Amino acid sequence: MKIFRWFIGAIVLAGIFTLIIIRPLPFLFYPDLPYLGFLGRVLYIIILACFLCLYRICRGPTSADRIVAIDILGIMIVGLCAILTISTGRSWYIDIGIAWALQSFISTLALSKYLEGKSFDE
Amino acid sequence: MNSIIGLIFITVGFAFDVFGCIGLVRLPDVYNRLQAATKCVTLGTCSILFGAFLIVGFTAAGIKALMCLVFLILTSPVAAHAIARGAHRAGVKLWEGSIIDRYAEDKEGEA
Repeated sequence: MKIFRWFIGAIVLAGIFTLIIIRPLPFLFYPDLPYLGFLGRVLYIIILACFLCLYRICRGPTSADRIVAIDILGIMIVGLCAILTISTGRSWYIDIGIAWALQSFISTLALSKYLEGKSFDE
Repeated sequence: MNSIIGLIFITVGFAFDVFGCIGLVRLPDVYNRLQAATKCVTLGTCSILFGAFLIVGFTAAGIKALMCLVFLILTSPVAAHAIARGAHRAGVKLWEGSIIDRYAEDKEGEA
């Protein structure tokens, strides 16, 4: 079973390194930006980190784990929007980032209040 | 020159993001995951936003990035504290290797 898990991890890592090297979706970038390759690789590395968060959301043992992972995913997508703002030159991506940060904060507070009300002891 | 400093900030930022997410996957407990992930990812995203401000400059997008940075620094610790308090009150168990639980002692002292 442990060998099986190592095998799945190796396949996922190989796929992500291929993504980082190949860099699909070229329409997301300025063609004449001087540091284009670096920004594209940063974009795919952050998408990899988002997939790690999605793993924790699917596989969390308790609901508190899922809430933590949702909070972290929301914060990280703000950074993704900032990098898209630089690489495409369109300033409305950072508007998406601001709105996402607001909604993520409010939803995290609401979910944690819900978690606090659901007590097992009393 | 500004764009090179901005790229250095972006490099630091995505390194912190990836390390925080590895901590979120690998650590054994809700509280350990919270402590690893929240601080690392907040610092990383704020660093990416500051790098974006340095690259773009004093335009509309740069000022919006600064506003988003201030908002994230103000709200992310509040959210983390709310999650930790809610999880402890909901009865989520600590990891077996943890040796002390001050919040439970405080609640026993009140009751």
